[in-house]
Amino acid sequence: MICSVCKQHEATVHLTQIIDDKMQTVDLCETCSKAKGVDDPTGFSLASILLGLGSAQESNQAATGDEIKCPACGFTQSDFKKAGRLGCADCYRAFADALKGLLKSMHKGTKHTGKVPHSMRQNQDYSEKLRQLQKRLQQAVDKEDFEQAASFRDAIKQVKEQMNQVLEKP
Amino acid sequence: MNLDAFLSSPSDVCQRSGPHDRIVRSSRVRLARNLRGIPFPGWAKKADRIKALGIIRSAVEGLSQMQSGFAESMDNLTSLDKMILVERHLISREHAAKNSGSGIVLNRDESLCVMINEEDHLRMQALGPGMQIKEIWQAIDALDSALERKLEYAFSLDLGFLTACPTNLGTGIRVSAMLHLPGLVLSEQINQIIQAVNKLGLAVRGLYGEGTEALGNIFQVSNQMTLGETEGDIVERLNKVVAQLIEHEENARATLLEKQPKSVFNHIGRAYGILANAHSISSKETMNLLSLLHLGLDMGLFPGVNLALVNELFLVTQPAHLQKRFTEKLNAEERDVLRADMLRERLANVKRPIGRTTESGGGALDKSTNS
Repeated sequence: MICSVCKQHEATVHLTQIIDDKMQTVDLCETCSKAKGVDDPTGFSLASILLGLGSAQESNQAATGDEIKCPACGFTQSDFKKAGRLGCADCYRAFADALKGLLKSMHKGTKHTGKVPHSMRQNQDYSEKLRQLQKRLQQAVDKEDFEQAASFRDAIKQVKEQMNQVLEKP
Repeated sequence: MNLDAFLSSPSDVCQRSGPHDRIVRSSRVRLARNLRGIPFPGWAKKADRIKALGIIRSAVEGLSQMQSGFAESMDNLTSLDKMILVERHLISREHAAKNSGSGIVLNRDESLCVMINEEDHLRMQALGPGMQIKEIWQAIDALDSALERKLEYAFSLDLGFLTACPTNLGTGIRVSAMLHLPGLVLSEQINQIIQAVNKLGLAVRGLYGEGTEALGNIFQVSNQMTLGETEGDIVERLNKVVAQLIEHEENARATLLEKQPKSVFNHIGRAYGILANAHSISSKETMNLLSLLHLGLDMGLFPGVNLALVNELFLVTQPAHLQKRFTEKLNAEERDVLRADMLRERLANVKRPIGRTTESGGGALDKSTNS
């Protein structure tokens, strides 16, 4: 295949773009692709590739008001694409689905294993306890031991209340 | 307090030394943190940024580590002061561009620096000369632990510390070492080494971090991933990689001296010649030539000359440090002339490099120089 720009060299870079359901392809040789800046992966926004929203789709969403918006700070997905930064801590919850793939590709894992602030350490113990209790509750239900299940359910309720108390502390 | 009066003089800064500082110029660990309930600085309204600055500044200033330190709002610093802080690697270029609503707190010996409302509410860093990543991590860990008792951080048990950019999420840690690698550059192994380091998930950048070029053969190696690993693992990995890089650099230098001594001495001799005799020289050329002078010093070609002199020249010939010595505003051409004047004066007593190494000092090389 011959480069569609210089029409001289063998094309080695093939770009496909879909705009309004119409597919366009461009075939470039190495020199022309460099000249056009498409050989540089950093030239593309990482967020735009990984968040997986085409610009057409996104503007549609924005127009119809369907775009995901952080309820706490009003930051939108297109703001994130533009800035590459999030608006506030709650954005991580609002954009959780879209961020999942991004985090997976940029980090070693998707679960924090490092330092936990002192004030949260107690909370971490609670969540571990909760996980254990929920597991045992499921086991009890599976065995149809409803008396034991009820006691686990009560214990879970208690732990949840304790957790909420810790979280609500200023 | 005035920043000039607070900061140590360049010559004092350059007297500081640390392990392996022939190759490792400095080590640094920074942590990114945000307050709960206030949008990140890039999205927060000015009132929120000012609120965050107030809360954080008083908490940081109250720490025992920061006693008799320096604290200031960025709008109270002149652009020259900010550039001085950048050249000292105390703040980032991004932070130097900030004004009201952002601030800085420095401890007395300039080993701890907290940037307030940079990209995150809090960017705290510890730094020191030479290879001491582990000690520096302990220092910043202690500062962070003391601060978390006074501030409520945005934190999630699953995602860790929540940061403005997802690339810092989790531990919010960036561990880095600034390495002087002229041997690997001269022997053209550097690209290969950078690729190998990249494969280990570490980034290699230029002198002033992200997006800057490697002036003076200085490279910054740092971790990229912050989630899914503990701080200890990250520190340990960087420590190991830097130790290997030191070894590669030493080997490259030894090989160069063995295989192409004339080429090495030529580079160093020419660097000395220009630095000691030029009448106009740019900052960039100065850095690149001082790197070769540094290499010559390491190889024993300048007996009696102290490394602190080269390090000091590296600092004081940078634009803001040079401007600081003069009251009138200089343009680039004037700076180039004054820089050259300073270099000639400071190098007047440095004798030209000897044409062989003091350690090996023999063989084919001597014959060729004596013939």
